[in-house]
Amino acid sequence: MAPAPSWETVIGLETHVQLRTVSKMFCGCSTAFGAPPNTQVCPVCLGLPGALPVPNEAAVRLAVRAALALGCEVHERSVFARKNYFYPDLPKGYQISQFEQPLATAGSLSFLSPDRGVVTVTIGRLHVEEDAGKSLHDRFPKATAVDLNRSGVPLVEIVTGADVRSPVEARAYLLTLKQVLEYAGVSDCDMEKGSLRVDANLSVRRPGETALGVKTEVKNINSFAFVEKALSVERDRHIAVLEGGGAVVQETMLFDSKTNTVRPQRAKEESHDYRYFPDPDLPPLVVRPEFIAEQRSTLPELPAAKRERFVAQYALSQQDAAVLTAARGVADYYESVVHAGAEPKLAANWVMTEVLADAKDHQDQLRVPAGRLAELIAMVKGGTVNNQAAKKVFVELATRGGEPRTVAEALGLIQVGDTGVIGQWVAEVLQAHPAEVTRYKNGEAKLLNFFLGQVMKASRGKADPKLAQRALEDRLTA
Amino acid sequence: MTEATDAVQSARAAADRIAKAKRLNALLTPIKELRKSLVQQAQTVHPGGVLYGMPVAIKDNICTLEFETSCGSKILEGYRSPFDATAVAKLKAAGALVAGKTNCDEFAMGSSTEHSAYGRTLHPTEKTRVPGGSSGGSAALVAAGAVPAALGSETGGSVRQPASFCGIVGIKPTYGRVSRYGLVAFGSSLDQIGVFGRSVHDAARVLSVISGRDPKDATCEGRDPLRLPTVPENLDGFVIGIPKEYFPPDLDPGVRRACERAIRVLKELGAAVREVSLPHTPYAVPTYYIIAPAEASSNLARYDGVRYGPRFDGAADVAALYRSTRGRGFGAEVRRRILIGTYVLSSGYYDAYYRKAQQVRALLAQDFRNVFDRGVDLVFTPTTPTPAFKAGEKLADPVAMYLSDIFVCTANLAGLPAMSLPIGHVKGLPVGGQFIGQAFLEDEMLEAAYALERAVPAVEEA
Repeated sequence: MAPAPSWETVIGLETHVQLRTVSKMFCGCSTAFGAPPNTQVCPVCLGLPGALPVPNEAAVRLAVRAALALGCEVHERSVFARKNYFYPDLPKGYQISQFEQPLATAGSLSFLSPDRGVVTVTIGRLHVEEDAGKSLHDRFPKATAVDLNRSGVPLVEIVTGADVRSPVEARAYLLTLKQVLEYAGVSDCDMEKGSLRVDANLSVRRPGETALGVKTEVKNINSFAFVEKALSVERDRHIAVLEGGGAVVQETMLFDSKTNTVRPQRAKEESHDYRYFPDPDLPPLVVRPEFIAEQRSTLPELPAAKRERFVAQYALSQQDAAVLTAARGVADYYESVVHAGAEPKLAANWVMTEVLADAKDHQDQLRVPAGRLAELIAMVKGGTVNNQAAKKVFVELATRGGEPRTVAEALGLIQVGDTGVIGQWVAEVLQAHPAEVTRYKNGEAKLLNFFLGQVMKASRGKADPKLAQRALEDRLTA
Repeated sequence: MTEATDAVQSARAAADRIAKAKRLNALLTPIKELRKSLVQQAQTVHPGGVLYGMPVAIKDNICTLEFETSCGSKILEGYRSPFDATAVAKLKAAGALVAGKTNCDEFAMGSSTEHSAYGRTLHPTEKTRVPGGSSGGSAALVAAGAVPAALGSETGGSVRQPASFCGIVGIKPTYGRVSRYGLVAFGSSLDQIGVFGRSVHDAARVLSVISGRDPKDATCEGRDPLRLPTVPENLDGFVIGIPKEYFPPDLDPGVRRACERAIRVLKELGAAVREVSLPHTPYAVPTYYIIAPAEASSNLARYDGVRYGPRFDGAADVAALYRSTRGRGFGAEVRRRILIGTYVLSSGYYDAYYRKAQQVRALLAQDFRNVFDRGVDLVFTPTTPTPAFKAGEKLADPVAMYLSDIFVCTANLAGLPAMSLPIGHVKGLPVGGQFIGQAFLEDEMLEAAYALERAVPAVEEA
């Protein structure tokens, strides 16, 4: 899978992200996913004669926030432009986008490259546009059906420089982008629902060369896993062509996830000249400096900053902080657990293991309230329940709810700290295993753990392990 | 008698008058359908509106719930809009009746109403001549006395030029004064709905009703509706500029005489008249014929036979469907402009044509600002270089046709309010004079027009 070391891969990514609005970019129709075909449409998004677009302010606000989250310069004046091409799912015969004067330029995004450590890619531009409808080629035999529910849904297109150096890096960039945009609250970034789509430009060259090789554009990549796959396939194809003495043809390639192959898009599917010009139906988009400042000041702390803060504030490792800050909801939850009194390190362990495992099985829901988890952690620390018992309590809290203490009592998991009771269990265990006692006394010290396990078993997990160990040691050395 | 029966009677009378004008081919709505609808509308119309019971004919490129909206094109034959244009909704709210859809050049592209898929409209008094265009059907119906007022649309003079040819009043408001929502787009940065009336007052009060803000049109200014001025005693204090570029040596002598007579009348009314210069005027027509087709090529892309309108079938694939639908659905003039527009927006030509045209457009607008900044209130010019021309005369020569809009397309390019009103006859044919005003100062323009209308011998030979 690794590229031949004699070639360097150069990748630039164009990502379309659906903005999380209730209504479409230029009309009031709903953007909800999954409605029956052509039920969320009106004269504007159907492109009926005489209908006119009016920009959705909520979409503009989210686009500005996305731009700020990516460190872009947001332009006070940008211009909507028409991208003209014919396609049955494009009802007006043009898409309203931005061209010469985009909303934002000159941003950057840093992410952890598996190959190169922390890498910063430039965000060349971020612009606002509307989505097209959807052509369904397999719905009716010998006919194409068109669903215009998606027509006019607000998008931002985010274009990187040619700064990405490998398919695996492309994936890492996208995951980070998704993280940042989710944090900023601008998009769900759900590739399955089409709310994040990516096209990639790829070329290869000899290391040390400064000129770019001939590039191809790879389209139809519709999951994070496929990003790496599709680009690896295309990179290998470029290298094979060049090493075979051929030349790469600049063209658009479509990725087929079923066969893991790419094929050139048919010439007919390609538009050569979009004839962009400023949309005369829409005045320039003006965002005032105060508005930009307000959006900047209300942006939440972004993942990178939060990660660094967690390391400093809670004495966590970079790795743990990265896991905890991967999703904003989880990071906020972790901090709530800490604010409710749990020790940061213990809280981190709980969240990274029990909480995330439970969330994974339950649609990312964080089912145990942060305060409850903090109580449970305190109970462990105070010796009221042991770790094993606490995990059982957690499962119960997640599935049925309740107070940790009540649940632990109901399950009979409150730790026994009575040395008399523990002494009894210890006595029973030693009596039942005379051979092991002899071996221990002959120097097999590691058998202590065996005895401890037997004591825990005899107590059905309730014995305080520390007290049990001490009692065992006392009896065995007596 | 109740108000409703009044309205019903006047609706029937209107239908009769419109039926009598049938020979003009000014109306595309079948008369039976029109009569039925007018009576229905009269029964339900809200009394008390300022236009209560007034029948207003609507150009066929303005969307109405009543009747088809075909834009004079085969490609929208049978198309019914699911919504009213904002201007139409405002007319209805004021009590007006939608009195049918009027013939026009296909998608408003033309200056003679000969480029309609539904046959040419005749000049109201000289059947061998054209009524002007593209809003020729609306102009002819008003001139024939069938309706007191009608809506037209302008991209480059399509209200003022036919108003001049037909001897009536035509007003194009400032760009952004009237909502374009529901006006089928031709050149969006130029398009405005305009009004026809037999008098300045009839036209102005309809304009006042349809003007004002509209949240559905981002290019419509958030202003209150136009307030009508009172008729002035005289024009004391008015400074009227006469741009020399609008009086070229080859101007029709009759038109020149009519304008000179009108200018004398303006002076007699107390206006100060000054010669001014709008030096970029010669570039207006070429500039217009880059910008308007460019926008049209994009605006008309939606007519592809996929979602509505007739589909000219037998196509093997989507590209063939587009070719057959658009090739057969559009007429020759529309196809010509789509081709020009596609060309000037193409990569490699954009800078030389479209971008350059926008720069010239800015210079044309600056010309007017320079004149107005020097204390001129209004500009007065001939509306057209000649009276109504003969049908067929300019069909073989598109450029000759385009040049008939030489004095009117500047106001569209500059976004300014302008109007034409009758100022005399030349060999029995009406001649119009044009006022061009300052942005959103329609009231000043209307004051001058009120005064001139009363004083000028509009039906006398100049």
